[in-house]
Amino acid sequence: MRTLIEDIHSLTRRIGRPVRLMEVCGTHTVAVFRHGIRSILPEEILLLSGPGCPVCVTPVEDIDTAVEMARLPDVILATFGDMMRVPGSGVNLQEARADGSDIRVVYSPMDALDIAAANPDKRVVFLATGFETTSPSVAATLCEADRKGVGNFLVYSNHKLVPPALRTLLGDDRVDVDGFILPGHVSTIIGAQPYEFISAEHGKPAVITGFEARDILEAIAMLLAQIVKGEPGVEIQYTRAVRPEGNPRAVALMETCFHPVDVRWRGIGKIAESGLSLREEFRHRDAPRVFGLAVEGGPEPAGCSCGDILKGIKVPTECPLFAASCTPESPVGACMVSSEGSCAAYYRYGIRR
Amino acid sequence: MCLAVPSKIIRIDDLVATVDVMGARREISLMILPEEVNVGDYVLVHAGFAIQKVREDTALDSLGLISEMARKMEE
Repeated sequence: MRTLIEDIHSLTRRIGRPVRLMEVCGTHTVAVFRHGIRSILPEEILLLSGPGCPVCVTPVEDIDTAVEMARLPDVILATFGDMMRVPGSGVNLQEARADGSDIRVVYSPMDALDIAAANPDKRVVFLATGFETTSPSVAATLCEADRKGVGNFLVYSNHKLVPPALRTLLGDDRVDVDGFILPGHVSTIIGAQPYEFISAEHGKPAVITGFEARDILEAIAMLLAQIVKGEPGVEIQYTRAVRPEGNPRAVALMETCFHPVDVRWRGIGKIAESGLSLREEFRHRDAPRVFGLAVEGGPEPAGCSCGDILKGIKVPTECPLFAASCTPESPVGACMVSSEGSCAAYYRYGIRR
Repeated sequence: MCLAVPSKIIRIDDLVATVDVMGARREISLMILPEEVNVGDYVLVHAGFAIQKVREDTALDSLGLISEMARKMEE
C-alpha cells in the first residue's frame, strides 16, 4: 500500500499540475470518505463526485408522479428504501405513506412481485430506479411476472444509463475533468466497451474501479500513469468482478424488456437516450401508460446547486444552501437525501468549507 | 445504490439459490447470472439477484469493507 501511495505522489510530481479526477459512482464517493483517501493524496489531486447516484438524479416530477400513483385507489407502490425521502414538488413518498397511501419498501423487485401475487385485488407498482446494475434484475422480474401470470404487477421505470450521462458531461465546456474513476458494479453488467468513447473521442483516461481503499488508490495510480504516458484508454482495475464483455445475459434481458428513451436528470436536464422505458411487449405492465399518468416537470428548488455538483463543476461546500437550509434531516436537493449523494457524504464527514 | 455483496451459495433450487451473507440467509435469483454455479461458489448479489460469480478469496477480501459500508448507509 505504501508503494502505491509513493507511486501516486511521484506520478503527480511528473505531471506537475493539478489533476481533476471524477468518481462517477456514489458508492465510490462514500468509499473515498470512508477510507480517508483524500487525506493521503497529494494536494494537486482533486476528487470530484459525478452523477452516479441514481437516487440523486431522479427528477422532481418523477417523485410527483409516483406519489400520484400511490394515491390511486387499490394501488400498492413498492420501491427501494433510498427513494422514500427524495423531495418532490409536494410531499415525498414517506409523507404520502403517512397520509395513508400504501407504500412499501422492498429489498428486491422480486419482493414486489410477491406482494402482487399475494394481493390479486390490488395493482402493485414497482417504482424502479437504478443504473445498469439494477435494471437487469427488474427486467428479469418483468419476465417472471409474465411467466407466472401475475397480471397486477406493474413497473414505473426510472432506470437510467451511465454512458450517455458521461457523454453529456464531456460535451459540456464547463466540465473540467482529467480522468474518470468508473463505476464497478455498473461495469459488472455492461463491461468496458460502452466507455471507449471517453478515451477514443475525448482523449480522457478512464479506469473501472473496485471499492476497497487499495482498489481506489490503484485506479488513481493507473489514471495518473495514463496521463504521464499520454496514452488514454479504458482499463479495468476491478478484474475480480468485471470482465471486459460484462454480463451478456443481463444485458440481453435488459434489452428484451426496455428500450432507451430521452429522460430528464435532476439538475442536469434532458439527456438523449439515457433512460429505460418498457418495450411494447410489456406495455400492459408499464404503469404510466396503464394509468395514463405523467406529471409535467416542475422547477428545481431555488438556490440548489445539485446540477453543477453532479457535473463536478462545483463541490458541495460551494452551494449557498449546503449545511445551512439543506441538511440530511431537512434536504432541499437530492444530493443531500441519498446516503451516496456527494452533499450527504461531505456533510456526514464533517467537511463544511 | 449500486453496492453488490459477495455471498456464498449454500443451496440451489433451479434458478433460486439460498445464500449466506455475513451470517444472514436469504433467497436470491440466479436468473441473470451468465454462467453455471454450484453450492459453495461465491456470487455478487445486488437487489436479490446474483450478478456475477467471484472467486472465494476475493469475495472474502471485500466482505469486511462492505459490511461496514452497508451499516453506514443504513444509518
